[in-house]
Amino acid sequence: MTTTEAPAAAGAPRVTGTAPRRPGRRGRPAASRWAAVGFAAPLLVYLTLFYAYPLLRNVDLSLHAYTIRAFVQGNAEFVGFDKYVEVFTSSTFPTALWNTAVFTVASIVFQYAIGLALAVFFRSGFRLSNLLRAMFLVPWLLPLIVSASTWAWMLSSENGIVNSVLGAFGVPQINWLTSPDTALLAVTVANVWLGVPFNLVILHSGLQSIPEDVYEAASLDGAGPWRQFWSVTFPLLRPVSAITLLLGLIYTLKVVDVIWVMTTGGPADASTTLAIWSYREAFGTGQPDFSPAAAVGNLLIVIALVFGFLHLRLQRRQEDS
Amino acid sequence: MSRTPSRRTGWKTALGVFFTAVMLFPVYWMFNVSLTRTSDLRADPPHWFPWAPTTEGYEAVLAQQLPALGTSLLVGLGCVALTVAIAAPAGYAIAQLRLPGRGTLNFLLLVAQMIPAVVMAMGFYAAYVRLGLLNTVGGLIVADSTIAVPFGVLLYTAFMAGIPRELLQAARVDGANAWRTFVSVVLPLSRNATLTVSLFAFLWAWSDFIFASTLDRNGDLVPITLGIYQYIGNNTTQWNAIMATAVVASVPAAVLLVVAQRFVTAGVTAGAVKD
Repeated sequence: MTTTEAPAAAGAPRVTGTAPRRPGRRGRPAASRWAAVGFAAPLLVYLTLFYAYPLLRNVDLSLHAYTIRAFVQGNAEFVGFDKYVEVFTSSTFPTALWNTAVFTVASIVFQYAIGLALAVFFRSGFRLSNLLRAMFLVPWLLPLIVSASTWAWMLSSENGIVNSVLGAFGVPQINWLTSPDTALLAVTVANVWLGVPFNLVILHSGLQSIPEDVYEAASLDGAGPWRQFWSVTFPLLRPVSAITLLLGLIYTLKVVDVIWVMTTGGPADASTTLAIWSYREAFGTGQPDFSPAAAVGNLLIVIALVFGFLHLRLQRRQEDS
Repeated sequence: MSRTPSRRTGWKTALGVFFTAVMLFPVYWMFNVSLTRTSDLRADPPHWFPWAPTTEGYEAVLAQQLPALGTSLLVGLGCVALTVAIAAPAGYAIAQLRLPGRGTLNFLLLVAQMIPAVVMAMGFYAAYVRLGLLNTVGGLIVADSTIAVPFGVLLYTAFMAGIPRELLQAARVDGANAWRTFVSVVLPLSRNATLTVSLFAFLWAWSDFIFASTLDRNGDLVPITLGIYQYIGNNTTQWNAIMATAVVASVPAAVLLVVAQRFVTAGVTAGAVKD
């Protein structure tokens, strides 16, 4: 990594020619600017090739009627917004939109509530608290496919541990993943489990920045733990909470792996979200249908962007204050 | 800066252990099932611990999934190299060299992290069909790196902005040009950022399922996530082997947690959006 004689290695400023190699002196902003462009050049090329191009290609897909053959030959008919109309009028659309809303809102509310409760619990610092908090990261670090298949096995109807435990309390067998009534609930529970560590870590680090003397003052005023939480912790944590919830929301909107592995969006669309719908149209069947899939995907981008702008505004306001 | 533990926190430790146990139960269960004999998999009620443990699941992994593990390792390392090569110089340009338009670029990088992987996968698929890059390890490395590059640039930028300007000016006075300064001053000082970015780039590439299942599903070299998925599809009776594969696929996560916990926490709080 630290060879000193290889200006042509990765990241070398190709675009700018010799400019950055000249010995820079203080007060030469022009040269430094060219050097900056040179160092950023690989990223700019990368973003163009591997973000802008695939995204444009995706828009192109959604505006044409692509069949498999047209896909390879590249001569699909231009149909304008027909595919979007097709998507919006499809019977799957209201279901997918509703499932996305339920899955997302339920996921982030419970992830946040559980993460916050644990963050407050771990804040007090007790023997082993750091070790245990680190262990909480495990679900977050595991490959999603690993977690999803584990949950699928735990929730399986006949041999699952969940039904076995519930059975001990007299609950009759529940077909978690194969019944339309519980499939969405099952994937949401798994997703909440996946999201708790992230919320815990962010909120815990947010708690660290609340000064101790605020709590001392509150307890001198006679505030108990419950009152301290609602009058001190929660309000002071609001900016961190907002960011955490928005990040959770953006992440949850695009979840595919967990749901796909556990239920493939079924039974009968019961756990189909917009992301799952898009994935299934494009890759989930033997008959890829890229155009509507791309239309749904673009819709997802728009939704994510709306919340993304909210995130940026919040962040900016936070930096200002 | 946790408060000094008082003498009466024993119940809290007990409660903490209980919460951790509940949280990690699925992980335990995966481990338990991976050691269960095939004949016991259908036991009702299930066995809570692997009495009469068997290694048949792990033998199946070794016999069938070694190439997939190798592919994942290759993809992960390739992804780390590509991500660091792109992100480190870009971070330097944004943080220290006053890149024109850096505000816009930062904004684009934030937006890039919000794009669903399904959408990226379709775009890549369309491009790769023409370029003949479907089912290639190189193609998968490039696609997987899109998860880590925006995060990497933002993290490097934040980190490198903290390098004192005097240090870089001193290098200049000594006659070092921008490249030389980057290689001999900025990069060594940014070691922790490089570790954090590498760790996440590796972990995300290792864990990726969407790109693998769309861009590399028919290849000779499939990564381990796809290996597990195909296993589930073909082999719904051998859950011990599936769970054994899952345990093996989790090894990098476990190793990283133990070895580099500090960097993991730093990465999560840097606003990592897991994809």
